[in-house]
Amino acid sequence: MKPSNPATTPTDVVRRRFLAGLGALPLAGAAGGALTASRAHAASQLKTQAKIVIAGGGAAGLTAASRLAAALDGATITVIDGRKEHWYQPGFTLVASGIKPREYVVSGTGDYVPPGVEWVTDTVAEIDPEGNKVVTTGGRNLPYDFLIVATGLELNYGGIEGMDTARIGQNGMGSIYHSPAGAAATWAAMSAFADKGGIGLFGRPAGEMKCAGAPLKYTFITDDHLRRRNNRGKAELIYMAQSKSLFGVPIVAEKVRMLFQDRGVKVNHEHVLQSIDLGRRIATYRTPTGTAEQGYDFINVVPPMRAPEVVRNSPLPWTEGPFAADGWMEVDRDTLRHKRFPNVFGVGDIAGVPKGKTAASVKWQVPVAVDHLVAEIAGKTSDEVYNGYTSCPLITRLGQAMLIEFDYKDNLIMSFPGVIAPLEELWISWVMKTMALKPTYLSMLRGRA
Amino acid sequence: MKELDPMVFLAVFQEMLGPMLWVMLPAAALAVLAFVALLVREGGIVSRRLVRAELLGLLGGGVALVIMAKVSSSGFTDAGGPADWFLIALVYGVGLVATTVLTYAVMGWLSGKPRTARA
Repeated sequence: MKPSNPATTPTDVVRRRFLAGLGALPLAGAAGGALTASRAHAASQLKTQAKIVIAGGGAAGLTAASRLAAALDGATITVIDGRKEHWYQPGFTLVASGIKPREYVVSGTGDYVPPGVEWVTDTVAEIDPEGNKVVTTGGRNLPYDFLIVATGLELNYGGIEGMDTARIGQNGMGSIYHSPAGAAATWAAMSAFADKGGIGLFGRPAGEMKCAGAPLKYTFITDDHLRRRNNRGKAELIYMAQSKSLFGVPIVAEKVRMLFQDRGVKVNHEHVLQSIDLGRRIATYRTPTGTAEQGYDFINVVPPMRAPEVVRNSPLPWTEGPFAADGWMEVDRDTLRHKRFPNVFGVGDIAGVPKGKTAASVKWQVPVAVDHLVAEIAGKTSDEVYNGYTSCPLITRLGQAMLIEFDYKDNLIMSFPGVIAPLEELWISWVMKTMALKPTYLSMLRGRA
Repeated sequence: MKELDPMVFLAVFQEMLGPMLWVMLPAAALAVLAFVALLVREGGIVSRRLVRAELLGLLGGGVALVIMAKVSSSGFTDAGGPADWFLIALVYGVGLVATTVLTYAVMGWLSGKPRTARA
């Protein structure tokens, strides 16, 4: 269990944020604080026979496993994930920008499964929160006392008619989100485009998505590559926004609008990619007034995203409201605990909460969910709250980024008040993105950050 | 709970540098120790040696910036605001001080006979 909290003064909070900021890590540092696994361990483990199943071994699942393993003694902790490769997804943009090689984002799931935790290399076929069990594709029944759902999300490429992921990197079509190989292939396509110019299309899907800043970043990066090759004049870049805004946080949206204006990026609002003709290079968008066709020489396809089928087909999703249609899990936004099944938590991309589906969200969500789970085992209650914190180092050109951090209420949060202005294009923010974020992320997986 | 944990910094640097961290930390400690031991032995700073060490330190600061540019796939020419100039000064400063301390210590211990601080 966590040690009791001494009273905190506002000055303490500012100081701690600043100190945390010195670690250069929005992920590691400020805006909430988190109990590290090592501290939990030092504060003595809680003895329990509890059976805990973690569905999904990505960023959220592995972080939860590490923290639970450190906090509990005697618990049976099982992580279910069939994928042996672990992907460092925040690095995909860097791979697609020619900054980092494909290998930069690939490691092994097994590298992060903590000792004492069983890793079932199978996929989850069924979640039965009424019967308190999970069934794998291989037919294994896993009963649980507590379930942490960390399945991530499904990239619904099928939602775009004519899209074929096997052709990523060909004929001017890229799609960073697909995979490390997809990101590398996208770089080849974008680089070819930067050599000759033409029409470049960017945009994002309607609905919830991973890192909503990434499609914006890639527009800026493409602009910069064109400029560095003296081909910007030969290119027209168009950003197709799915709504009337460029970003969910109004103050950031306005800043991006100004930057796009500065860089000569045209914006079409309320355009959602509906179908694509990969041979003829024509993208068709759904707009309020019907469909609109747009030819392209390069396009970064960002697919619609939704909960994986296994969650959509379970009783776990929201049944009403904005998160119902795509099957996001009905969790309390403060505690990540399921609203109808109190022994179930949802963390990471699958959580039906507003804002970020990012590694930074995971960083702040998992400690809260784990704290509530452990408190319940101990017969206590936890007062930990997740405030919606997420962060996005929004790259605005190669070598510069804006360190944007915000919460549920669209408040900008500053890890480095007075030092790093959130809406300023800075090299220091780029340095964090390229140097500090991955080590922080890996420390998070091990429960050490 | 909402407190800074030095272990987080250690964990992050461990991930960043790998085994190199365990070479660099003792190396840095050794350099500082050699420097301090020299000060004690000689009863103060030998100005002439310090100036020479500082000359090399100026170069060390530059090398630190080049390394920084390399590992961050960018350069200080990307500076966009005061925080960037602060970082550049910091990196240069660390390179300068580290090189100066190391050079001073190496020169002092290699020179054999101890000098007096006034020399």
